[in-house]
Amino acid sequence: MDGVHDLGGRQGFGTVRYSSDAPVFHEEWEKRINTLYGYAVKLGIFNMDEYRHAIERMEPRHYMTASYYERTLTSLATLCVEKGVLSLEELEERAMGSFPLSLPLGPGRSNWPNKRSFQIGQTVRVRSDHVSGHVRMPGYIRGKVGVIVKQSPAYPFPDAHAHGIHADDEPTYDVQFKSQDLWPDTTDNALVHVGVFESYLEFIT
Amino acid sequence: MKTMHNSIAPVLQRAKAIEDALEAKGLHVSKGIKEGLHNVEDVWLPERGARVVAKAWVDSEFRKRLFQNGVAAVGELEIELPKHHRHLVVLENTPYLHNVICCTLCSCTAFTVIGLPPQWYKDLEYRSRIVRESRTVLREMGLNLSPDIELRVWDTTADTRYMVLPVRPAYTKGWSEEQLAAIVTKDAMIGVSRLTEA
Repeated sequence: MDGVHDLGGRQGFGTVRYSSDAPVFHEEWEKRINTLYGYAVKLGIFNMDEYRHAIERMEPRHYMTASYYERTLTSLATLCVEKGVLSLEELEERAMGSFPLSLPLGPGRSNWPNKRSFQIGQTVRVRSDHVSGHVRMPGYIRGKVGVIVKQSPAYPFPDAHAHGIHADDEPTYDVQFKSQDLWPDTTDNALVHVGVFESYLEFIT
Repeated sequence: MKTMHNSIAPVLQRAKAIEDALEAKGLHVSKGIKEGLHNVEDVWLPERGARVVAKAWVDSEFRKRLFQNGVAAVGELEIELPKHHRHLVVLENTPYLHNVICCTLCSCTAFTVIGLPPQWYKDLEYRSRIVRESRTVLREMGLNLSPDIELRVWDTTADTRYMVLPVRPAYTKGWSEEQLAAIVTKDAMIGVSRLTEA
């Protein structure tokens, strides 16, 4: 989904607020909620792709202003409500106020039906797919050409796995792009490596 | 969905609400949280990754195994990755090559090896800019890469995980593995620092 979470290459952001040895957590509840979502995954209430997508489904103004762990909290609550484990009413009653959840889940998609395999060293193009649901193809590589450097183990296809539809495992490829091919105006020379699912790739004809 | 309240509950109250509501369903969340906190506070620390780096610096056979199969090699040091992280790729820095990792879509990291990601790694600024303005961002963060050093930026978009193996600093000649591990930081394993100066 071309959501606000898909940040790679977006412009207008300022300096990274960096300090060496920066903290992971600021408050105790953040640690607890981070642990709690992991526990919910362990219990099988939802999987990691559903978790990531429920964060992406947050109302954009909420996403942009929420802290990292508020996003965790919102995804966890949304999925518990959607899966019927909890109700919004009981959450709001306990929280003594409204409890904003993510926007509803839309349709997902299955693995690309025609299996093709790609070879190391091959030049490939990322398909120009526009997907309204979960997708792990960052927008900045859409339609771009890169070289396959390595193959990674197969993983469940996230576009299906986040939507509760059958997801076959499929290979992911380490695809190397030149920064100038991604952003012709960039003056920062680099090679950008992205882990790309097989379904997102096409042969160059 | 109908909401009963107009004003949004403070985040702390929302966090407590969900924890209490799940506990009330008999899901034993306090026990689950207790175990999870142990991992967060005592296990998933950058000191683990530092041990991996130090061993790779002194033991060339281990280093080879680390590049061949990261998950198995860190397993020798009793470091486990979560089931869904099926591959750990160790990225070797050299005097002419520098690697840096990020996750533009969320916050993915090899957190059981290098520690949980710091705040800035998950922030909008790093996620948006590091892939496009890589050298500029690193410079702003205190790492001024010479133009003749090749830079590779790794965006963690699948469940393969990455860690950077920094160059062993020249001043550490003759140091023990333990002394070496003590200078390796999480930031160096992310790749925003090179550890080359004392």
